[in-house]
Amino acid sequence: MPRTREEMAAAAASELKPNMAVNLGIGIPTLVANYVPDGMPIWLHSENGILGMGPFPYDEDVDPQIINAGKQTVTVVPGGSFFDSATSFGMIRGGHVDLAILGGMQVGQNGDLANWMIPGKKVNGMGGAMDLATGAKRVIVLMTHNTRKGGPKLLEACNLPLTGQGCVSRVVTDIATLDITERGYVLADLAPGHTLDEVRERTGAPVHAD
Amino acid sequence: MSKVVADAREALADIFDGARLMSGGFGLSGNAEHCIRELKRCGVKRLTIISNNCGNSGRGLATLLKTRQIERVIGSYVGGNPDLEEQMLSGEVEVELNPQGTFAERIRAAGVGLGGFFTPTGVGTVVAEGKEIRDIDGRNYVLEAPLSGDFAIIRAWRGDPYGNLQFYGTSRNFSPLMAMAAKVTIAEVEELVPLGAIEPGDVSVPGIFVQRIFQGTDYENPIEFRTTRPTPAE
Repeated sequence: MPRTREEMAAAAASELKPNMAVNLGIGIPTLVANYVPDGMPIWLHSENGILGMGPFPYDEDVDPQIINAGKQTVTVVPGGSFFDSATSFGMIRGGHVDLAILGGMQVGQNGDLANWMIPGKKVNGMGGAMDLATGAKRVIVLMTHNTRKGGPKLLEACNLPLTGQGCVSRVVTDIATLDITERGYVLADLAPGHTLDEVRERTGAPVHAD
Repeated sequence: MSKVVADAREALADIFDGARLMSGGFGLSGNAEHCIRELKRCGVKRLTIISNNCGNSGRGLATLLKTRQIERVIGSYVGGNPDLEEQMLSGEVEVELNPQGTFAERIRAAGVGLGGFFTPTGVGTVVAEGKEIRDIDGRNYVLEAPLSGDFAIIRAWRGDPYGNLQFYGTSRNFSPLMAMAAKVTIAEVEELVPLGAIEPGDVSVPGIFVQRIFQGTDYENPIEFRTTRPTPAE
């Protein structure tokens, strides 16, 4: 069975270490917040200006002026801070954010990431994705292994417009976890019930296994 | 000369067709609601809007799209804004998208007197096309230009007659940068307080960057996505 969205998020949560500053992208990456190990202090960064983002508020505590980058109402943990956008992206671009977990449309075996637009389709804009891809110390991509039509999303080279060059260190999918190295994709982990042969068949570039 | 004006109408009396208008806020949060309503009422045309989102879901700055007052938008994210999408596709409105950190820093650069800056963000992407790339200590950076405005409309929690501003929650975002980068910065505040009422250390925008200020009332403070967790049983 492929990993569910929740299981993918739980797999990515194994990246977390105490006191890391972490930015979670919109979509499946947001779910990683639910799998922070009990008692582990993590500083969640939201690029609209929060370090130390907490869980969603209780109904009576909803505040329209405390929101995350997805424009959802959130809370702030003790020790959290608010700041302007230049400071926020200074944290990202300056390499102060330890980990960014982002969604993806395509990844290249050189670590290129495409996740912001499909030519000819609706354009949303890149928002903070390019800064996060380029600036975070480590970038993990969380996405399904294949497109809805079954095509590979892990490729030799992306053919969609890039978000960032050579920025991805690891990809966590519904069937496997792969590291990006100088040799290309290296299998780090298989989801239960899946095989290396299947991963190779469903990947658009060679997959090495050590 | 006091910077205090009566209302948005007085604050925006000299807005002109074709003006470059910066607007703080993130989506619909922390918007200068009174100024946006006044822009609609006065009917100023051919605006260039410099704002992360240009409103959302038909609200905020998107109301000026409905009235065809906007010619150009410079921002970073336009998802969730059907009016902008429609006018972008029909060619009525020109949209320039920037990575959000580049957008913020371009505004800051204009405000602090810099001629631009080199950033690694966007290298190797469409964002860098036609721009200078420079290798600095073995890494490639793209040259980005400053971004200024004729007016900035920003919203703060508290402000005083000199224009010192204090913000609440996540409503700061681009506002302190825009205050520096516009020729005329108009601040609307929930509470207009006397000089000295704001602790000097709590001032996020020193009054030197603000030209006009007024107190707004009855803020709508719309919520785009009301997300909650269940209240625990007693």
